[in-house]
Amino acid sequence: MTNRLQRFLPSVLSTVIAFVLALVVGALLIVFTDSTSLHALGRGDVGSVLAHVGESYRALASGALGGWDQITTTLEYAAPLICAGLGVALAFRAGLFNIGAQGQLIIGAAACGFVGFHWHIPGVAHLLVALVAAMVGGALWGAIAGILKARTGAHEVITTMMLNYAAKYLLWFLLTKPAWTRPGSTNPTSPHVDGNALFPDVFGFHSGVLVALLAAVVVWWLLERSTWGFEMRAVGANPDAARTAGMSIARVTTIVMTLAGLLAGLGAAMQILGQDNDLTQGTGGSIGFDAITVALLGRASPLGTVFAGILWGALQVGSGTMQAAAGTPAELTEVVQALIVMFVAAPMLVREIVRLRVISKEQTLAAKGWA
Amino acid sequence: MRLEIQGLTKKFGEFAANDHIDLTIEPGEIHCLLGENGAGKSTLMNMLYGLLTPTEGQIVADGKPLELSGPADAIAAGIGMVHQHFMLVPVFTVAENVMLGRESVRRGGVLDRKAAAAKVRDLSERYGLSVDPDALVGDLPVGVQQRVEIIKALANDAEVLILDEPTAVLTPQEIDELMDVMRRLKERGTSIVFITHKLREVKAVGDRISVIRRGKVVGTAPPSTSEVELAEMMVGRAVKLVVDKAPAQPGATVLEVKGVTVYDPRGHQVVKDVSFEARAGEILGIAGVQGNGQEELVESLIGLVSPGAGEILLEGDDITKATPRHTLDAGVAFIPEDRGHDGYVASFSVQENLILDLVGDDRFSKGPALKMAAIEANARERIEQFDIRTQGPEEPVSSLSGGNQQKVVVARELSRPVKLLVASQPTRGVDVGSIEFIHSRIVTERDQGTAIVLVSTELDEIFALSDRIAVMYDGRIVAMVSPDISREEIGLLMAGGTIEDEGDAA
Repeated sequence: MTNRLQRFLPSVLSTVIAFVLALVVGALLIVFTDSTSLHALGRGDVGSVLAHVGESYRALASGALGGWDQITTTLEYAAPLICAGLGVALAFRAGLFNIGAQGQLIIGAAACGFVGFHWHIPGVAHLLVALVAAMVGGALWGAIAGILKARTGAHEVITTMMLNYAAKYLLWFLLTKPAWTRPGSTNPTSPHVDGNALFPDVFGFHSGVLVALLAAVVVWWLLERSTWGFEMRAVGANPDAARTAGMSIARVTTIVMTLAGLLAGLGAAMQILGQDNDLTQGTGGSIGFDAITVALLGRASPLGTVFAGILWGALQVGSGTMQAAAGTPAELTEVVQALIVMFVAAPMLVREIVRLRVISKEQTLAAKGWA
Repeated sequence: MRLEIQGLTKKFGEFAANDHIDLTIEPGEIHCLLGENGAGKSTLMNMLYGLLTPTEGQIVADGKPLELSGPADAIAAGIGMVHQHFMLVPVFTVAENVMLGRESVRRGGVLDRKAAAAKVRDLSERYGLSVDPDALVGDLPVGVQQRVEIIKALANDAEVLILDEPTAVLTPQEIDELMDVMRRLKERGTSIVFITHKLREVKAVGDRISVIRRGKVVGTAPPSTSEVELAEMMVGRAVKLVVDKAPAQPGATVLEVKGVTVYDPRGHQVVKDVSFEARAGEILGIAGVQGNGQEELVESLIGLVSPGAGEILLEGDDITKATPRHTLDAGVAFIPEDRGHDGYVASFSVQENLILDLVGDDRFSKGPALKMAAIEANARERIEQFDIRTQGPEEPVSSLSGGNQQKVVVARELSRPVKLLVASQPTRGVDVGSIEFIHSRIVTERDQGTAIVLVSTELDEIFALSDRIAVMYDGRIVAMVSPDISREEIGLLMAGGTIEDEGDAA
């Protein structure tokens, strides 16, 4: 067990350090984008400059986690990121770089939304059917890339990226059809999903959050405790040895991409049945792309992905409060997010900066997907 | 040049790869450096060649301490190195390779190819290293490529030449030629540091033999020292150089290979109409120089590649087109040539690697659920049985020594009843202790009635284990001989030659 801890600790530590470093750079940006602070700096009044930085970050933190309301909002933002992030993480573990969470999520959303507003099924069954539709839609979109790779060797980075465009414009096309738009309206906006298809609230947040956490547990079990996960990890870490040991790379690739799409589709259900309630041209936002950074930050582990998803949710929710309370632009959090990922992806850089020996070269996860 | 190594130490963290090494290379001597894999030979040579910075100690050339911050410094100081893996550009000619890095140019920056070719011709005549300066390096046989490497070093006016495991890739005849070259270099005053783990070679060509064990020089011996003594110095205890085995008692035919032809991805025939059979309770050795089709033949047996023609039968069942999963299930065990590439997953734990091809077995899973307790218990049992030196079942295989990594692969493959064991280079890069162990396990497996196909480029291994020997050359089995054939004769066959009464023993 100590052995495991020794292997685990450095990665946690370097992630925390990356976060702190990103906040430090973010602090500089807060100062240099605020004219009052700049003038204070000119006068040598460091105290008020630090006060402004402190105020900004305090507002960010309290906006995201300051009370139960804030925490529940953060969790609701995190839920789709966690699901789609799990899909990306799963693919990572099998040596596949799934850029296509966005497209898988959009198709999942379209299927889920259509079932939600077009069909009318009584009671909680409607929610379950819509949930299944979301997962099937995502899984199908993921499977296309998986099958293309397994059958023809087409690189998943290229195919999933292109499938993202296909998904986006397919949704736009559907939203021009009468069956998909609100009666009497030509706006590309779907009707609302039936109330009984939505996630019911528990403890102040929608119950989809619990489904997302459950999904993380299932993915953990799949990876660490099942023969499927064993094969996925073997194929990801050494496809030649996996093949020699009798595993079918083609089969594993197809399964993994299908499951990755399924998880992204589940993320779509979080969004449609928990937040948006309808489909628009903006459905999906940038969740599928954020999911990639969430999975990277979580080092492709289910638990890490959950934490990273919550962190992303918190930064997103807190940024509004920060802008309102301290006048610091909300976009700052996006810069901080980008910096975190950069520092995580460059462990050697972090090691140089903090002179820490425990951070090893092996932790460069991001590069693996391309190999 | 007289090269002195004084108290040279290299530490990686707490681990001392080289621990206060003292050595003197006299001018014009062939100084052999004998040691097992991982003993610290390469670390020492990398310090001599400026690739690693010593933690302590110094290197002195003719009384002057050297400061080596890179290979360029070493070359300037007159130290040349021929790496185990050649550093040549295959699409360049010999002359171009030799001038690479210090190209002579004529006016206007035009490369002076003529001068380079003349230099190569001059060196090859002076040292008897026959090679055509205008040939493309990629077209040359391995032995000649090595000569190009030596010429490259000599063109840099090397006075001390380091040869790192130079014989690993050569045929027995090429090894003899290399030794002649080494002797000629010595006569002309060049000192040679000859790194190897092969006892026969150091005795044949060395003037002095220094033995390295666990980062320390444990002694320097004259070439008259017996092989047994040298092996003991190298390993640190008494070793058996001969494998105990009773005469084989071959039973029924297990594997039948009929006219198998394999094409590589570019469409070239790499295995050409190969036929043989392997019987229960015997070891069939397949001898040959690296790259004569053995690898592809083995891959076709396992199902990793599909033969273009021919038939492979396992106890009469056709497995020609079978997948690896199918052949494994049919009772074939496989020890691959390159364990790190095909044998294990480095980041996986010992216990995971021990079930890599058995994960679907009822013993280790029920439906999709892994039986974690059974997997761990299996690992503990195998670790005990196969004497795998590890901190525990959860340790990643990447942190084990080469010998123990190989034992993990062997333990896995022999932990179920098999009809046929295909072992490809089973002891490459493995310490002497593990070689003894793996060899005795293979013999035990034979005695239990398993048919064994052993592919090896090491003649010592072929002779130690085989009951029959097939010699492969250029994709064909050119002879089937008995293990009492002489080294010279088999060497000739491996190089594509023929001997008078070939075939009698088969």
